[in-house]
Amino acid sequence: MGQGMALQFKHLHMNGIVKQFPGVLACDHVDFDVQAGEIHALLGENGAGKSTLMKILYGLYRHDEGEILLNDEPLNASSPTDTIARGVGMIHQHFMLVPSLTVVENIALGLREEPADASFISRLRSRSVLDLGRIRKKLVELSETYNLRVNPDSPIWQLSVGEQQRVEILRALYKGSELLILDEPTAVLTPQEVDDLFLILRQMADDGRGLIFISHKLHEVINLTHRITVLRDGCRVGSIATQDATKEILAEMMVGRPVVFQYDQDAAKRGPVRLSMQNVESVSDRGTPGLSGVSMEVHAGEIVGVAGVSGNGQKELAEVIAGLRVATAGSVTALDKDITNAEPAKIKSLGISYIPEERMVDGIIKDFSVAENYILRDCTTQHYAANGLFMRFNKIKDACEEAIRAYAIKTPHTSTKIKSLSGGNIQKLVLARELSSDPQIIIASQPTRGVDIGAIEYIHHRLLEERDNGKAILLISEDLDEVLLLADRILVIYEGQFVGEVDRDDVVIEEIGKMMAGSAQHEMA
Amino acid sequence: MELALIESVLSIAIRAGTSVLFATLGGIMTERSGVLNLGIEGMMLLSALAGFAGAFYSGSLLVGVFAGMIVGGLVAAVHAFWCVTLSANQVASGLALVIFSTGLADFIGQNIGPEGTTLVGLAGPKLQRFAVPGLSSLPIVGESFFHQDALTYLLYLLVPLIWYYLFKTRPGIHLRAIGENPRAADSLGVSVTRLRYVYTIVGGVLIGLGGAHLSLAYTPGWSVDITSGRGWIAIAMVIFSLWNPLRAVIGALLFGGVTAIQFRMQAAGTSIPTFFLSMAPYIATIVALLFISGRRSLYRHNGVPSALGTVYHRE
Repeated sequence: MGQGMALQFKHLHMNGIVKQFPGVLACDHVDFDVQAGEIHALLGENGAGKSTLMKILYGLYRHDEGEILLNDEPLNASSPTDTIARGVGMIHQHFMLVPSLTVVENIALGLREEPADASFISRLRSRSVLDLGRIRKKLVELSETYNLRVNPDSPIWQLSVGEQQRVEILRALYKGSELLILDEPTAVLTPQEVDDLFLILRQMADDGRGLIFISHKLHEVINLTHRITVLRDGCRVGSIATQDATKEILAEMMVGRPVVFQYDQDAAKRGPVRLSMQNVESVSDRGTPGLSGVSMEVHAGEIVGVAGVSGNGQKELAEVIAGLRVATAGSVTALDKDITNAEPAKIKSLGISYIPEERMVDGIIKDFSVAENYILRDCTTQHYAANGLFMRFNKIKDACEEAIRAYAIKTPHTSTKIKSLSGGNIQKLVLARELSSDPQIIIASQPTRGVDIGAIEYIHHRLLEERDNGKAILLISEDLDEVLLLADRILVIYEGQFVGEVDRDDVVIEEIGKMMAGSAQHEMA
Repeated sequence: MELALIESVLSIAIRAGTSVLFATLGGIMTERSGVLNLGIEGMMLLSALAGFAGAFYSGSLLVGVFAGMIVGGLVAAVHAFWCVTLSANQVASGLALVIFSTGLADFIGQNIGPEGTTLVGLAGPKLQRFAVPGLSSLPIVGESFFHQDALTYLLYLLVPLIWYYLFKTRPGIHLRAIGENPRAADSLGVSVTRLRYVYTIVGGVLIGLGGAHLSLAYTPGWSVDITSGRGWIAIAMVIFSLWNPLRAVIGALLFGGVTAIQFRMQAAGTSIPTFFLSMAPYIATIVALLFISGRRSLYRHNGVPSALGTVYHRE
């Protein structure tokens, strides 16, 4: 449709937007604008107000002050229905798809079709009859125009994450969205999928659409967009043309101080093997093979990074080592002891720490206090509990306060409920807890997911420090940049198998990307 | 001889299953929207009372049936208000409704008879069974399926209609969406709050029909234990049906069938105590439920609304 139809969208202005949540000023007089044909990045840390601002634009929230002008006319939306009708579309970070419905049915969801005439019968028809055939036809046309390939009759739950995102984009296009908001669209994609997505986004901008690209990944913003607006703590820090932007400038705008992107790290001083796996197999939650014959070694004094697209066995890998998932075959050895299918408590006591990927579910207990969460791992030791029974509250408080100081955790008090802390501070506490026992092996699963740049920097430094202290570290991360930054050796996981191993000094990103997508099977070294 | 037996068992099975099927359909409509309905038993009781009282005082069966529907809808509206507007715990709300309704129905039934006496034991108008010309002369199914009361015939129409509505129409997709992923539906401009009210009340009206069928057709009259747990059976049947109206028919026939068989056995005078025989339909229901619940693959993407029992709020 794009080329044939003239688009209505000219420009959008948001002026002086204020949004107050209980206790937080989420948007503080923010100005923002988008022109037709432009890709405008909205950059900021978690909690900077990006998502809030966009939810206001999309009609999910009402702003307290300020005005929104779409093509110079006020956009007074009380719900997304109004904004969708005015040609605004949003691709949410968590996809707004109904898993049990097919692609076509999901597209049909919420569609309003104009009745053929004003008679009662045709109004009823347009509201109730579902012309899936017609929707399907238009959908196929659209997906060909923009090269968004997806099977229209598959139920959503059978699709990969990348395909689901394509469905989201197709739906926005189908509804005639001319101003498209993309909330962290690359978070779940492989590097190749990101490239494909960027091609599509550029084509949509060239057609005269306006695109708002929310992200905290600096290189993506620099690659894709025309203009960048940075938010920090609910305020607009400023806007710059992308051609004038560098990573350093942007990061400083985001964080408010200079940020280091390359760490000075010495070459790894590899010691003896600490952790090894031999032909380990396991089953995923869905009952499908999770790991299919995984072998690897981690030496003292090195960081081994596991790169891969989400859901290729990373979770199973970490959980098998931590004793939380049954290995159906093979063996796991740590510190020269067989720990295959050992109790988690035993594995822990050997000196293995585990930083779980689902921090809020597996890492902490949300309704417990900061101090209680800090001692969760060691709460039965004599140090914290007399006779393993009566809690020594003063000692617990002291230990926790020390950790809070050492890790610069921002919390009002040790008795504050941990769920009220930011993601970065929660993760720092998990890290403090897991490192407190001076472990020999550290399994870090997605250690910086959803964590702000300042905390990421800190966590990275801590991990490198532990490496230099001779610890064996397995870093499992879906953020390829993080793996490239920290790992001395990179293993690429695909469908529960390691499909390649690359040394830090021999990295070719395209090669790793191909392995992550499963297209190149490399022999393990 | 054999044939007559099958016919009679089938005929009773359908009669016994009718109220359960109405209630199951009601439960499906409510729960497809994401609102858990454990209050079916209470809704059935109050609507059975309303149905009988309405017909008794007006002398009109139609008034009775409508009274049952209205009361079913009203009780469901209370449930919707608690669960949707007040964001109450849906389990607690449903159970509270049953406890409250049981007491209320008993109290009202004791006091609204002629001159403030009890309604229990009074005879009122009764929905008569009638044969559908032509169809009723079919072998076996004719006499059992097409010699029933008007509400049962209504059910024959409702089952395919509801199935079509759920799976083939635009509002049906919206209904399924708000029970699966309300956030997605909301972001697409489907009003979760409004639709959850609508379908909770629609469900209540259907459950009300089930209640009215009990007091106007199946066991005409009013008594406190008139539902004898059929509302709970319906909850089990909703799960057994995987929230699909066509499968609900199988469940209702199963319940009705075992009921009919144990009636027959009682009549034939077996040595098994009648208490045990009366238990049979309930045990059959539990067994059927266990059978279906044990198969998780079947369960996961084929029915159970993912957002069932959860409160939806825009952040």
